[in-house]
Amino acid sequence: MTASSLDIALFSAKLGVVFFVILTLAAYLVFAERKILAWIQDRKGPNRVGPFGLLQPLADLIKLLTKEDFVPASADKWLFYLAPAMAAIPAILIFAVIPFGATLTIFGRPLPLVVTDLNVGLLFFLALSSIAVYGVALGGWASNSKYALLGGIRGLAQMISYELSMGLSLVPVVMLARSFSLTDIVAAQASVPFVVYQPLAFIIFLVSITAECKRIPFDLPEAEGELVAGFHAEYSGMRFGLFFVGEYINIIVLGGLAATFFLGGWHGPLLPPVVWFSVKTLAFAFFFIWMRGTLPRLRYDQLMHLGWKLLTPLALINILVTGWWLALNR
Amino acid sequence: MFVYIRLTPRSAFSMRIISDIQAILGGFRVTLSHMLRKPVTIQYPEEKRTPYPRYRARIVLTRDPEGGERCVACYLCSAACPVDCISMQSAEQADGRRYAAWFRINFSRCIFCGLCAEACPTLAIQMTPDYEICKRDIMDLVYEKEDLLINGCGKDSSYNFYRQAGIGVARQRGAGQEETPPVDVRTLMP
Repeated sequence: MTASSLDIALFSAKLGVVFFVILTLAAYLVFAERKILAWIQDRKGPNRVGPFGLLQPLADLIKLLTKEDFVPASADKWLFYLAPAMAAIPAILIFAVIPFGATLTIFGRPLPLVVTDLNVGLLFFLALSSIAVYGVALGGWASNSKYALLGGIRGLAQMISYELSMGLSLVPVVMLARSFSLTDIVAAQASVPFVVYQPLAFIIFLVSITAECKRIPFDLPEAEGELVAGFHAEYSGMRFGLFFVGEYINIIVLGGLAATFFLGGWHGPLLPPVVWFSVKTLAFAFFFIWMRGTLPRLRYDQLMHLGWKLLTPLALINILVTGWWLALNR
Repeated sequence: MFVYIRLTPRSAFSMRIISDIQAILGGFRVTLSHMLRKPVTIQYPEEKRTPYPRYRARIVLTRDPEGGERCVACYLCSAACPVDCISMQSAEQADGRRYAAWFRINFSRCIFCGLCAEACPTLAIQMTPDYEICKRDIMDLVYEKEDLLINGCGKDSSYNFYRQAGIGVARQRGAGQEETPPVDVRTLMP
């Protein structure tokens, strides 16, 4: 009895820490993005709130919470209320299957540093990222506004298209690791990370997750130059904040997944596993920000061409080549 | 990576991919180099840059070296002003010296183009580098003569209009500096 309550306590503590760390990290990723973009543009970025502007996320949070939560008169109320949560919650849930460290031993019990080691973790991730599409599509539709609808439609088309190449680029990883469990995939990369065997799949996955989290150069659903703010144009206050923080949680989670699938997860020399995982994840986050400061937005037909005519066929060929190679080296 | 795929011959297509990837990597290099560069930002209220002496900001009315008002209320500045922000009323002293009874510049309209200072024949109206003239109340931006007049010569410390010009106010006609006595035109016969 005492043992099981200890288990529950440990698990709850782990959950709490993961939740807290992800949300804080997402808030500070916003800050980091503003800083890095500022540096790219030869500016200083936010530096007024607290030392080096470090309390800026807190100020933003207070601002968002105290703003008016406006619902357009002709909006579909319940879907309008629901959509931001449907965008943010799948992003957090995906982190449940990502292993972020080696198994610890606390009070004589093993504590695996993964919220839940699902044996179909990779499929769980693909399923949840499909659900996240609903947040964008319903948010755009429920607003009953032209811009939001156009943004929602674009988001829908884009995310469905790129989910295909993302899923296909992960097939070789599963073939190499012979498992859908992310813990097993990380364990299979103990000596050599999969990026060495699968550089093409890595690049396809990287491009696809950029499209998946709607970042520049694939930010067509919220292209501010043409669609005001796209699918969340009608949102204000904390509901907008939820979309916003969902995007940044998505960056962290997808960065963590890229590290897990291709860069060996928490494996690494010298430093502790959790540190290695954080370094790899944040490197991807930095790359996304750097990319935002560098590349222009694609046109819609370019986006579709790239997804359907280049990435998807390449991913399919990559699967074939990987299978052939595995069959020869059996 | 991010290429616009066209139905072009295969060789042209592959060349496109290589040059496009090179272009993208070049872009990444440029942004990285800017990331490591020192920002050009000036933290305004804490750091202030010193404007150059000819910077065009707050307008003043200067005095001649003897302390008299340079302005002769000729209305040239007012006429030159493209936004009509200068107004005045001319008046004349007993000795014939002109001055502005009142002189007003509405800085909420002023565009700091400097045409008034250019038009001024007596160097009375001048631009200064003092650019911090924000006010809470817009009416505070209407400067009267006593706000505009300074105790100094501004940019030219020696110029005195009445000593240079051939107008018989400060002295007899023809007695000014670099001035020849007046000529009786009737004696200038061919």
